[in-house]
Amino acid sequence: MRFLHTVLLVLEKDLRIEVRSMEIFYTTVFFAVACVLVFSFGFVREGEPIEGAAAGILWIAIAFSGTLALGRTFERERHGDTLRALMMAPVDRPALYVAKLLGVLVLLAAVEAVVVPLIALMFQAPLFAEPLMLGGLLFAGTVGFAAVGTLFAAMLVRARSRDVLLPVLLYPITVPVIIAGVRGTAALLQGEPDVGMARAWLSMLVFFDVVFITLALWTFEPLMTD
Amino acid sequence: MGPPFDSLTFADVTRSFGRRRALHRVSFTCHAGEIVALLGPNGAGKSTLLSVAATLMTPTSGEVRYGQHTAAGGGAALRARIGLLAHDLYLYPELSAAENLTFFARLQGVRDPARAVDEALVRAGLSDRRNDAVAGFSRGMRQRLATERALLHGPQLVLLDEPFTGLDDSSTSALKSRLQTLRAAGRIVLLTTHDLEAIEGVIDRAVVLSAGRLLILPEGTAGLRERYRRASAV
Repeated sequence: MRFLHTVLLVLEKDLRIEVRSMEIFYTTVFFAVACVLVFSFGFVREGEPIEGAAAGILWIAIAFSGTLALGRTFERERHGDTLRALMMAPVDRPALYVAKLLGVLVLLAAVEAVVVPLIALMFQAPLFAEPLMLGGLLFAGTVGFAAVGTLFAAMLVRARSRDVLLPVLLYPITVPVIIAGVRGTAALLQGEPDVGMARAWLSMLVFFDVVFITLALWTFEPLMTD
Repeated sequence: MGPPFDSLTFADVTRSFGRRRALHRVSFTCHAGEIVALLGPNGAGKSTLLSVAATLMTPTSGEVRYGQHTAAGGGAALRARIGLLAHDLYLYPELSAAENLTFFARLQGVRDPARAVDEALVRAGLSDRRNDAVAGFSRGMRQRLATERALLHGPQLVLLDEPFTGLDDSSTSALKSRLQTLRAAGRIVLLTTHDLEAIEGVIDRAVVLSAGRLLILPEGTAGLRERYRRASAV
C-alpha cells in the first residue's frame, strides 16, 4: 500500500507540474510531429508512400520524442536537487522509479495520440485496421523503451554531459524493443494484416518489458545512492 | 517511526571521489540535545560529511552510527528520522509553498499533513504567500520554506547546510530560536555555516574541517571567530 501511495504521490506531483507548464508535452509533441512531417517529404512521392516506411517512422518519432521527454523529466528534479530529497524520503526507492516511469508513459501516450493519426494520414497507412493489436504493440514497446530510459535518465541526472550520454546509452540497449515494435507494426500495415506475426512480436515486447522492468527495479536503489 | 537513537557517531569516515579525498578519517560524536557547528573553508568537505550523515552517500571507509544502528541497517525507517536542509533547497519552483510542503509531508508519512503544513507556513512567515509559486520567492523566503520542509516530520537528526544563507535579521533570530527549541526537544543538530556571529551563543560545540581533516578548535573564552582563526592557522 505504501509503495502504491508513493507512486501515486510522485506521479500526481509530476503531472501537476506538467499541466501547469505544458513544457514537456509541447516540446515532445512538436518534435514528434516535425519528425513525421520531415520524413513524409522524403518517403512520400506523388502521394504514394514507400512501402513499410510508416512503421519505421512511427517508432523513430516515439524513440526520439521519448528521449526528449526522459531528459526533460529528470531535468526538473535537477533544479533544486529535488531527486536527492526524494531519495531521502522514508519510502521504497523503487516506487520513485515506477512513478517516474508512469509519468513518462503518460506523456508518450499523449504524443502517440497525436502521431499515430498523423502518420495514418500522411502515409495512408491502415493503422486502425487492428486497433487492439496496434494499441498492444504501442503500449508494450513504449513501456520497454521508457523502462530503460527512466533508469538511465535518473542515473545521468547529475552527469555534466547527460544530454549526449542518454541517447548513446539508451538506443543500443533498446534496439531490440524498437525492432520488435517496427516489425510488429509493419506486420499490421501490409496489404493483408498478419495478426499472427504481430502477436509474436508483441510477445517478444512483453518479454523485454518484464526483463527491463525487473532489472530496473533491482538496480535503481544501488545506482542512485552515491 | 524508525529506530530511535540519541547520538550520531562518525568513526574514521573517509570519502574519496576518484583520487581526491574529500574526507579523511573523520571521527566525532554528536549527542541528543546538542547543537554542533561544522566549520571550515569552502571545499573542506562539510557538505560531503552532511551527505554521508544523511545516508545519501556511503563512506569509502569507516562508518556512521545512529545510536546503535548503521545506515545500511536502518534503511527507510532511519531516513524517516533525518531532516536535511542542503545548499540546494529541494523545492519545486513550479509548485506553491503549500503544495511543496504538502507533497513532502505526505512523502514523509506525516500523520496530519494539512495541520503540519499550516503550522510550518506560520513558522516560515509565509502564510500569506501559501498559494504563490516558489519560483517567485526571494532567496530568503525559499530558505525559510526549505528549513520548514526539512523539519516538517520532526526528525531526530537535523542536518543544516548553511541555514542562515539569505536570511534577514528577523529571520536569523527566528532560526536561532528554532535551533534552541530543537535542542530543548532533544534533537541532534549538526549545521555548517560561515556566519560565525550568527551561531555565537547558540551552538554547544564546534568542529573544524580543513581539506577533509578534522581540526581541534581550541577551548577558551575568546570569541568563536578568533578560536576558528587559531585552529585554521595551525
